[in-house]
Amino acid sequence: MIPWFQYVEIAVAVAAGLFALVAGFAGRKPSDYTLGATALVEVLLIVQVVIGIAAPLAGNPPTGDVVEFWIYLVSAVLIPPAAVVWALIDRGRWSTAVLGVACLAIAVMVYRMGQIWFVQVG
Amino acid sequence: MSNTASSRAVGVGRVLIAVYAILALAATARSVYQIATKFDVAPVAYLLSALAGVVYIVATIALIGRGSTWYRVAWVTIVFELAGVLAVGTLSLVDGVLFPADTVWSFYGRGYVFIPLVLPILGMLWLYRRRPSAVA
Repeated sequence: MIPWFQYVEIAVAVAAGLFALVAGFAGRKPSDYTLGATALVEVLLIVQVVIGIAAPLAGNPPTGDVVEFWIYLVSAVLIPPAAVVWALIDRGRWSTAVLGVACLAIAVMVYRMGQIWFVQVG
Repeated sequence: MSNTASSRAVGVGRVLIAVYAILALAATARSVYQIATKFDVAPVAYLLSALAGVVYIVATIALIGRGSTWYRVAWVTIVFELAGVLAVGTLSLVDGVLFPADTVWSFYGRGYVFIPLVLPILGMLWLYRRRPSAVA
């Protein structure tokens, strides 16, 4: 992982999550904005997959367990599309809130991935 | 009286189900990894984590499910979770070797922002509000 990219990922996921939660509790149906914000979170995760593959080759290996890292990353990649599919099928205010919950979960997972990559030694 | 539509997968209950689904995924995936790589460190705690993960999956399905049977299943699984997080949370304070910090229920779910402690309570409130006699 790359520190600044991780911070961007967490910031975008938190912002998208809070935005969708507020929109959901305000009674908004899933819109291009909330769906687009969730899609942006997913795009950043896919970039993270590329970084996860490339970084060890460029001399930046994880200090923690690489298997645990990938379990988190693969799980994370699956969550936003699931929330988006949910929002497209069930176009109610609570689906917008679900988008928010999904994005906030991604923020936590990216934080944990950073801990595995940078903090754990041995 | 037969219920055709789910009375629980509505309104804010859907957000509850989404949170349950994410927690089920997190707890199950993590315990599978722990059992595969460091089972010897704390077998009891990691097996309980796996059990917790499976129960979260059942609870998620029961919250979506229709009718009174799933309603009972939802109650049983959610009560089990609250009992689990309280019991293991307390034990992890007493015995840090048997219950290390990295399981879903240790320290009342601290590693999961205390969601495992709060979620069963919200789940019970929701089940009570959507009880069959109140919804019918």
